[in-house]
Amino acid sequence: MSQSALPRRRSFADLVARLPLPKVTIWRALAAAVIGVGLVSMIRRFALGLGATTNLTDQYPWGLWVGVKLCGVAFAGGGFAITAAIYLFGVERLRPIARPAVLVAGLGYSCFIASLIMDLGKPYNVWHPMVLWNHHSVMFEVAWCVMLYTTVLSLEFSPVVFERLGWSRAYHTAKKFTIPLVLAGLMLSMMHQSSLGSMYLIVPNRLHPLWYSSGLPIFFFVSSIAAGLSMLTFAFFLAHRILGRRLRRDILQSLAKASVVVLGVYFVMKVFDLLYRGQLGAIVASGIEGPLFLGEMLLGVLFPMILFARSAVRNSKNGLYYTSILVILGMVLNRMNVGVTGFEKSSGVHYFPSFEELSIAAMVVTVGFVVFGLAAKHLPIFPEDYRRNSRLEHH
Amino acid sequence: MSYGILFDSVRCRQCGGCVDACKVKWDLPDRDPDKLSENTFTTLEIHDGHPVRRMCMHCENPACVSVCPVRALEKTPEGPVIYHADRCMGCRYCVIACPFSIPKYEWSSAVPRVRKCVMCHDRVSRGKKPACTLFCPYGGIQSGPREEMLAEAKRRLAEEPDKYHQHVYGEREAGGTGVLVIGAVPPERLGLPVNVGDDPLPEKTWAALSRLPGVVGVAGAFSLAFWWVVRRRDQVRAEEAAAFAEREEKARARVTRREKQEVNS
Ligand code: SF4
Ligand code: SF4
Repeated sequence: MSQSALPRRRSFADLVARLPLPKVTIWRALAAAVIGVGLVSMIRRFALGLGATTNLTDQYPWGLWVGVKLCGVAFAGGGFAITAAIYLFGVERLRPIARPAVLVAGLGYSCFIASLIMDLGKPYNVWHPMVLWNHHSVMFEVAWCVMLYTTVLSLEFSPVVFERLGWSRAYHTAKKFTIPLVLAGLMLSMMHQSSLGSMYLIVPNRLHPLWYSSGLPIFFFVSSIAAGLSMLTFAFFLAHRILGRRLRRDILQSLAKASVVVLGVYFVMKVFDLLYRGQLGAIVASGIEGPLFLGEMLLGVLFPMILFARSAVRNSKNGLYYTSILVILGMVLNRMNVGVTGFEKSSGVHYFPSFEELSIAAMVVTVGFVVFGLAAKHLPIFPEDYRRNSRLEHH
Repeated sequence: MSYGILFDSVRCRQCGGCVDACKVKWDLPDRDPDKLSENTFTTLEIHDGHPVRRMCMHCENPACVSVCPVRALEKTPEGPVIYHADRCMGCRYCVIACPFSIPKYEWSSAVPRVRKCVMCHDRVSRGKKPACTLFCPYGGIQSGPREEMLAEAKRRLAEEPDKYHQHVYGEREAGGTGVLVIGAVPPERLGLPVNVGDDPLPEKTWAALSRLPGVVGVAGAFSLAFWWVVRRRDQVRAEEAAAFAEREEKARARVTRREKQEVNS
């Protein structure tokens, strides 16, 4: 009897047995699998080169990864829109989503940069635009804006990290630069969101007439706001369902209302553009482009706009959730059409991404979501996480 | 002075000497003799019996040069459009931007380069002729200052109007190209792209890009002004609220004093 009362000596095996095990859920297993497969593909891509691992050719030099780049930046649109609304235009009500907006934007850009590295033939030269300037090149301008804006986003996000670390001085110093950072972020975003569209102005004979337009820069800029707001709504739902963060329905409803305006402006511009260029008929012309265009414009823009305009939808949790997913899908389709499928007709060949292209793209996106989950869990991103922190006062 | 090449589809006898000369000059493998690729910078295509050279057109205002973010492609003052592999980062924007579908990529390489005709810039810059124009015995292909080539092309069109379709391809296409093509049939029947337009493609981009700083500057100034107004409004409100609170405080103090006096009296 007295024997068992003695404290047992802990063996190494005990320690190992005590290691906390992450809970295995179906989503985690899936994410791990996608990332694992993606890593293998990534190794293959860098070891064997682009030709052996992608379906890219001289006829189809840009493929899925370019599409992912466009999507990543588009879905970052909430970052500049929300911060500008709060800090420059005085929409105080949105303050609780400032941090999630900056986080989502940062992850969008990370996806852009990751896909870019995969896609470049010589990724180790990625820094060359810093020293070899060609200010006539849209891609040069995009490169600079992405570099600068990623820096701006990191600085905007730094108070979150300082707060977590309890570095009060650094926190307050960083906070002082909010306004200039937000202003710089707005201007940089205007420049390169539109410039991603301008990138396609040089291919009037290649990009399908349903998408080629001198309005591309404006379309890309406006739609990035809608894309950003919906991705932000989606991110809120993720944090709510996985981490139990409070769903700020009041704010999500405001975002939905704003989306109605943005989607409406976008839709009208696109229709007028088609009329002006006399390309309305191209929708019914043979080929897959017509249905794709209709899909993105009707299911991804018009339909969600009508839904968001109804208060019954805005007042319903599911309504907000599914409608924002519609917008997200519509925007993905749009960027893929401009970046990938819109070239099919003129190229004369058929392109479908290879297994490596698909699995690497899936990995990039999955890592984005995983990092979002980790950051949301461990950093004071959502209001209830930073309210708890009494040491630093908040604005 | 910009250097040019003139190809005459009527005089060409389809011997292919120019294609071979290019392969020898650039030490290219024998693969893909009939299509432009990383191994072949120029081809001789036959359309309905009419020969035509395909090669980089060495545009006067080249799309490929304008899009390259790292100045890996360069329009030299001598005319040839050349490529610096050490600068290139492999974005392939040039491949997609060229209206003539010229630049090709070394897809199978681990350190891929863009490959295309550079009009033997090493020779041209030393006052020599490009390799492909050295030996043509029939006058099908020849080179010299672009203006001279253009004048020569027009002279041939005028001298034998029934033999030539009256158009110098490249005089205005895509803003003008260093390579000029004349032949018996219209360019589309020679397989040359005719949808490139007469304006240089880079202008389309520049129209948007050059406006950007102005638009963004105005938007930035507007936002800043808005911020200032909002802040000012909040400040004024805060001041008014403070002033109001102060007045209240004073009034209450007065009341209290009076009450005290009344009590004391
Ligand atoms: S033909 Fe194409 S590759 Fe050659 S200079 Fe013109 S744009 Fe550049
Ligand atoms: S592939 Fe190279 S040469 Fe072509 S645009 Fe990109 S960096 Fe310039």
